[in-house]
Amino acid sequence: METDVIIGLEIHVQLNKLNSKMFCGCSTNYHTDEPNTHTCPVCLGLPGSLPVLNKKAVEYGIRVGLALNCRIEEQTLFYRKNYYYPDLPKGFQISQYDYPLATGGHLLIKGDSGERQIRITRAHMEEDPGRLVHAGTIDKAKYTMVDYNRCGMPLLEVVTEPDLRSPKEARVFLDKLRSILEYLDVFDGNLEGSMRVDANISLAGGDRAEVKNISSHKGVEKALSYEITRQRNLKRRNIKVVQETRHFDELRNITVSIRSKEQAHDYRYYPEADLVSVRVADWVPAIKASLPELPDAKRDRFREHYSMTDDHAKSLTSEIKVANFYEQVARIAQPKLAAVWVADVLKGELNYRGLTVDSFKPDHMAEIVNLLDSGRVTEDAAVQIIRTILDKGGSPGQIVSDLGLTRAGDDTVLRAVREAVAESVAAVEDFRGGNERALNYVVGLVMKKTKGRADPAEVHRLIMEEIEMT
Amino acid sequence: MLAQLKDQLAAGSAEDYLQSLFDKIEHSKLNAFTTLAKESALSRVNEFDRKPWPGLLAGVPIAIKECISTKGIETTCSSRILRGYVPPYDAHVVERLKSEGAIIMGKTNMDEFAMGTSTETSCFGPTRNPWDLDTVPGGSSGGSAAAVAGGEAPCSLGSDTGGSVRCPASFCGVVGLKPTYGLVSRYGLIAYANSLEQIGPLTNTVEDSALLLEIIAGHDWRDSTSAEKGSYLQGLKDGIQGLEVGIPKEYFGEGVDKKVEKAVWDAVSALESLGAAWKEVSLPHTRYALAAYYVIAMSEASSNLARFDGLRYGLRKEIDQDWHTTFAEIRSEGFGPEVKRRVLLGTYALSAGYYGRYYLKALKVRTLIKEDFLRAFKHVDLLAGPTMPIPAFKIGERINDPLSLYLADVFTVPINLAGVPAISLPCGFAGHLPIGLQLIGRHFEEATVLRAAQAYEEAMPFYLKRPEAI
Repeated sequence: METDVIIGLEIHVQLNKLNSKMFCGCSTNYHTDEPNTHTCPVCLGLPGSLPVLNKKAVEYGIRVGLALNCRIEEQTLFYRKNYYYPDLPKGFQISQYDYPLATGGHLLIKGDSGERQIRITRAHMEEDPGRLVHAGTIDKAKYTMVDYNRCGMPLLEVVTEPDLRSPKEARVFLDKLRSILEYLDVFDGNLEGSMRVDANISLAGGDRAEVKNISSHKGVEKALSYEITRQRNLKRRNIKVVQETRHFDELRNITVSIRSKEQAHDYRYYPEADLVSVRVADWVPAIKASLPELPDAKRDRFREHYSMTDDHAKSLTSEIKVANFYEQVARIAQPKLAAVWVADVLKGELNYRGLTVDSFKPDHMAEIVNLLDSGRVTEDAAVQIIRTILDKGGSPGQIVSDLGLTRAGDDTVLRAVREAVAESVAAVEDFRGGNERALNYVVGLVMKKTKGRADPAEVHRLIMEEIEMT
Repeated sequence: MLAQLKDQLAAGSAEDYLQSLFDKIEHSKLNAFTTLAKESALSRVNEFDRKPWPGLLAGVPIAIKECISTKGIETTCSSRILRGYVPPYDAHVVERLKSEGAIIMGKTNMDEFAMGTSTETSCFGPTRNPWDLDTVPGGSSGGSAAAVAGGEAPCSLGSDTGGSVRCPASFCGVVGLKPTYGLVSRYGLIAYANSLEQIGPLTNTVEDSALLLEIIAGHDWRDSTSAEKGSYLQGLKDGIQGLEVGIPKEYFGEGVDKKVEKAVWDAVSALESLGAAWKEVSLPHTRYALAAYYVIAMSEASSNLARFDGLRYGLRKEIDQDWHTTFAEIRSEGFGPEVKRRVLLGTYALSAGYYGRYYLKALKVRTLIKEDFLRAFKHVDLLAGPTMPIPAFKIGERINDPLSLYLADVFTVPINLAGVPAISLPCGFAGHLPIGLQLIGRHFEEATVLRAAQAYEEAMPFYLKRPEAI
């Protein structure tokens, strides 16, 4: 950790689990549809149209605010943020300014030096602008197309204090935030453009740069790392870092200047008279009561209730889907063993294939854990079952019988051990000479003879016995 | 008159009547209309004649101000920047009129974006006053008032941001009503200053005004600021025995034409003889109203008019350059000088560093003015005064002196700032030009305003005198 690094984030979160947009009835489910097909006079900003507040969006915003330990404003107040841009059909964005929905919260993360509390300045609601599609790169495009499907999507902008101290911490924070948002069921992070980050970064004593509109957590980490190097180099050469807005070029992994402080906007914020204030103070208790168990609480409970390690608990709770999957498995199979197999094995196999836990049936996982628990299959066989299900499909029982994966009987194993020891005179000699690893060869030979149906630890014990005997 | 007209149309030929209006308009010198919806309107009345339908306005033609959206009929706010814009939807009020069987006959001229008191800033050229063709009809709903006064439409809709229905009603000798802010849905009304404006009827008689209000008023879910309606025809003719009328002393004296003052005092005497009592009241902050109004209206206009960039509808240049150049050129060419003046002043008033000095201060004055009215209404049921301090002036006389034009709004803008309802109805003549009496009521007490206006009109039927100039 470099102690002079100061990072604050502004995160635009699309509340994309809502069915309709922020101020009109248009569907939010546009991601696979043609451009400009999810629009109406309101989100196109046609003359004479008026916004109507989606109250469910406010409810979702409150949910997030409460989960981030914020204070919730008693009533809503929206402002107009005025600026001209082709993606903004009204020439202003309806947003919040004074009296944002949520203020003064915090989020705990595992920072570079242990647990750290990152302060949340505010979370405010606004509408998403349309999407610009440049013909080519942003600086060289001949023309730009506008898709207003995204226009009016409900956004929550979460702003942190400058409490983050490294690009890695920024990423950990974002991962944690995403995890919470998915727990709250207000957000699907897999949809394009669902979370976009503006990162402010400075070195102590210097002016800050704002890197705008970074669309992935990895991108944030890279952009910030690049900025630290850039700002350090300037400092070293005694050049002042200027306050400016920069763009992160994901292909080249660099940031480029797009606007200096002198060109900064004056947004002329003023209250939006077309919306009436909605009193939400009375909603808060019920929303608070309905909040689901959040990642930290779930992790503690998993560790205590299922007697698993803290690492396993963390791994199983970082995604709500995985946590739910695990609990379904643990209901029918030995929980501690299930934790090991879901966290260490299944997640790895899924990651390797770019799949999510949706691709695996909890019943199948429970069956596999039960097979292991009762000693009917070996660990190697269990891994083979998981891989087979993922690659070819099928059920554990079927795969066990098709591939003959039932743990070999004692006689078979013993016979294989005797044969293997007899065939490995040199290795056995080496072992006796003090080379412990020489025995691995013999174990491998037994596993081969039993087609992996024996338990390696057991085989190891039998070989030892066999050697002592001869 | 509309009720009788409706019966005549059902018994006779709605098509003949409408055709006679169109013929009159063709040969008219008023320039009250911008677009005639001949084809659609004639085909509708033809249908009506074959098979009449029910409804409060069955078969009755109505003219709609150029800033109220009409599906399929060009709607430009009399601005070059919106030429060619044909709304894909009807304003709420238009839907309501259609559902009561009315026929949309065409659109009426106005000051560009409703910014004016004379209908001289229209891109379609000035509208003339039916009482004197060299005289302005008032504004901004000058076309709607002139059409009714000139017998070219039996009724029309206008919009009133700072007097835009009442001023032309006064200058043209017709009845114009500005409802309580929120009584009529603004959905589809192209905004000039959205916290101030309301759609209102322009008619020959008070009863017609009540009838139109009955149709257009009421809550619309698409306008969050809209409220439930009352009943306006019922009890309309119950008289004003015992009604307490306040005469605001600030509405008389310096700057008020002597003939106007006399006509209004005569009207007060008439009200007294009808059973009402009157007393002087004070609205002490009246002298700050104009300044506050123009700061608020211009600030809101600067934001409301930001959407007109030529990108999606309206004026477009032959050759596009980069975004900022293109939209700046379109706005330079598309907006007239008065619109530019107000957008520039409004932008300035909302700018960082000036917001508190202008906009916020104007809002505080607005509160004081509203309190003036609330205080007065503790002692009286109604306020009476002149609508305009002067009768209609000559075309071209004031257009190059915007300040003197702004000053003419002195008795109409406080009503919009306070949000209360007010009606203007004819109460005499200055030479050959009509004078308007303004009756102002408590919030949502249109019924009282209309009842008093009805009683006065019955006693002093100035509406029976029609202009001779045409």
